[in-house]
Amino acid sequence: MAEHARVEIRCSGSGGQGILLAAAIIAEAAAALGRHVVQTQSYGPEARGGASKAEVIISEGPIDYPEVQTPDVSLVLSQAAYHKYAGDTKPGGLLVYDSGLVELDPGDDRVVRCGLPFTAVAADELGKKVVTNIVALGALAAVSGILPVEAVRDAVLSRVPERFRELNEHAFGLGLRLGQEAEPVTSSAPQTA
Amino acid sequence: MATVVNETTPAAGRKPVLLQGNEAVAEGAIAAGARFFAGYPITPSTEIAEVLSRRLPEVGGTFIQMEDEIASIAAVCGASLAGQKAFTATSGPGFSLMQEMIGFATMAQIPCVVVDVMRGGPSTGLPTEPAQGDVMQARWGTHGEHSVIALVPSSVEECYTLTIEAFNLSEQYRTPVILLSDALIGHMREAVVLPDPAALRIAERGMPDCDPAEYDTVTSTLDNILPRPPLGSPFRVHVTGLVYNRRSGTPDTSDPAAAADLGRYLREKIYHHRDAIVRVEEVEMDGAEVAIFAYGSVARSAMAVVREARAQGVRVGLVRPITLWPFPTAAVERMAEQVRTVIVPEMNIKQMSWEVQAAVKGKAKVVDYGRVDGKLITPDEIFELVKPEFYYHKWEER
Amino acid sequence: MSALVDEQRLEASPTGDDRLPRIKPHTTSQIRAHLRSAKTLWCPGCSNGTITRALVDAILGLDLDPERVVVVAGIGCSGRISAYLDYSTVHTAHGRALAVATGVKAADPSLHVIVAMGDGDSSAIGGNHFIHAARRNIDLTALVFNNSIYGMTGGQMSPTTHLGDKSTTSVHGSVEPAFDLCELAHAAGATYVARGTAWGYQQLVNVIAGGIAHAGFAMVEAMAVCPVYYGRFNLTADPAAFLRAQKEHAVPASQFDEGETRVRDRYPVGLLHHRERDEFVAALGQVREKASEGRHG
Repeated sequence: MAEHARVEIRCSGSGGQGILLAAAIIAEAAAALGRHVVQTQSYGPEARGGASKAEVIISEGPIDYPEVQTPDVSLVLSQAAYHKYAGDTKPGGLLVYDSGLVELDPGDDRVVRCGLPFTAVAADELGKKVVTNIVALGALAAVSGILPVEAVRDAVLSRVPERFRELNEHAFGLGLRLGQEAEPVTSSAPQTA
Repeated sequence: MATVVNETTPAAGRKPVLLQGNEAVAEGAIAAGARFFAGYPITPSTEIAEVLSRRLPEVGGTFIQMEDEIASIAAVCGASLAGQKAFTATSGPGFSLMQEMIGFATMAQIPCVVVDVMRGGPSTGLPTEPAQGDVMQARWGTHGEHSVIALVPSSVEECYTLTIEAFNLSEQYRTPVILLSDALIGHMREAVVLPDPAALRIAERGMPDCDPAEYDTVTSTLDNILPRPPLGSPFRVHVTGLVYNRRSGTPDTSDPAAAADLGRYLREKIYHHRDAIVRVEEVEMDGAEVAIFAYGSVARSAMAVVREARAQGVRVGLVRPITLWPFPTAAVERMAEQVRTVIVPEMNIKQMSWEVQAAVKGKAKVVDYGRVDGKLITPDEIFELVKPEFYYHKWEER
Repeated sequence: MSALVDEQRLEASPTGDDRLPRIKPHTTSQIRAHLRSAKTLWCPGCSNGTITRALVDAILGLDLDPERVVVVAGIGCSGRISAYLDYSTVHTAHGRALAVATGVKAADPSLHVIVAMGDGDSSAIGGNHFIHAARRNIDLTALVFNNSIYGMTGGQMSPTTHLGDKSTTSVHGSVEPAFDLCELAHAAGATYVARGTAWGYQQLVNVIAGGIAHAGFAMVEAMAVCPVYYGRFNLTADPAAFLRAQKEHAVPASQFDEGETRVRDRYPVGLLHHRERDEFVAALGQVREKASEGRHG
């Protein structure tokens, strides 16, 4: 479509992984930068367990069609979500996934893959699996370059209560470093954790 | 024609906020002065109730979760009669239940707003998926001759601004106004810049400027719709759903002339003001050979098609009714004089396209396209309808 | 009834129940001053006029400001009371009076809101609103004109038509048992429940006044006389004989055995249930205070 540069991001996983919050934070970061942004999510029974998704569209101009069809960037945090939602990722697009939870299909080389152990890092280094999504956001910000890292960090911090600020800041920082050190794979060999 | 565009370009001095369509409805209502909400939880409208259960008490208002949707709109009628701006929000099955009291509010001329966040139906249907299947129910859902005002937002920003507009119209014309949102717009978040509250035009409810003793001797005219004094005032009003004498308010079911007078008045008080009420956005209609007539969330897909077509030098325009009822007949007639084809994509089967066809009167070809699977019609689908209308054009790869 | 200030008006009630206000009856001209019209569409022998008068007597006796009285009515014979009374009145849709009244009272808690309904209004089509208004304990006075039949539509059975009773839709005798509206209201949470009869006028005035004075959901069941339909089909078409039958059937609450089931020909009258419980509109006010403190504090 002849729209202004439009970036589609899909976050998917299972209920309780903070998928919606991750998408909302990306959307808020974009809104704070004055970008046009639309955020949608899957509702209903699927949001309570099983695979669920939340999506963000960021554009320099007005966003007409508000749904994500072929994400430029996919963040995948569960195997079920990978099978259900990752297949639509734009050829040559970016797939960021939790390498401890998602095993890619052999030969899935249409997209640039970046597997990182978000859940393991959140659990082992922070002792809080609940911040897996924030670790993932840090990595996504670093790997994708869709928004300035600082904008995403600010959006994370403006979303969390004061008492959890330090934890989330730490989680974001760990994710950021994971992302900066990661080497996304474009070859046909699936990356292993 | 007035134009409201769903542009979200940040306005000077005001920061964009990320807001959900349903949240925007709740905040718009508060900005419009609504201080009473009664509702019953139903997907996909529930966030409106949730937000208001927190927000209304904060601003001195009242939130009540009623026992069902019938009770909800009934309580809204009561609160409005007692002097407050009142509203409810629901979706398909609840909207069906509310039709009885929408009729009462129409007959008794009670200002109120009903938000219907449309989902797939009939019956329980597709509770979490969008549809536009209630557009005819909004028009004809309650029995008997009546007219209605219905507005359709296409964006989160319009969920806010059209909710305010809905309250203004309901106060001005003393009638229920329906806001037809849908599951997509209601649940979607967009970065929006809300208007400065100080700059909003808010219609306030007045009191009749006559002596209570003379109240029975005054009658609203089409151009001067008198406010109704609240219950518990010296006017001691009588409100009824029966046919009543327009002057005294006394039930009068035995005089055909009184019934005719009231029946025509209830219709004409809306239709007489059609030009003031109806709002349509026209995009790229200059020189358009084909027009897309689309409303609500589908208008966004249509908009994408218009941009793409124009970028390729193909003259396609968009006519987007913001007011669905009363139907924008004049805009459609104008469109029919200009274009050779009108494409009507909607998330129902032919509901508004019949209406378009009636107004086009054979002056242009009308192509209808319906989808009832709970999925938004995509720009690609609309494009496939546009292409044959420009068979001579060589389309670029997109 | 500590809520009643005008002790002067109180005198010995016929039932001797000192929990009830004792209202001195008013003159016809005093009553007429509260009516828009004394001409009604009710049938000859119908007791709705008596019950309407009892309501006005109670309002006069409580010295309420007529400007602040709102009567919200349903549809049916009883609903027409709204057109006759000279207060702010709302003639709603069938069964919806209590739900409309909930909105009225919540929007303006300073109003005295009286809800006039029939047995069909309150327990058939509006049964859901009835139990929920009682559960909320909203400060409304529900006055149910119970004639055990649908009169306006020509004598069909209602939820208070008794087992075996005939009507135009139970021509072989009803196979459904009747609701006891007072026990229904009590079970649902009403904090003032009383029953009076068209026959026992003074008691009816007193129980209505007690209901209006009560700060909470009050349900007053007024046993009505419908000689034209219910009486003709089941008891007597003679209004006077119907009234005399009421005298036989009505038993002072104190003489009604605990656990005894109300039947067509024997039912307790007077104040049946009375308790204090948090009132809904007041609770909404507290929510408002708490929310605005949370916002500003």
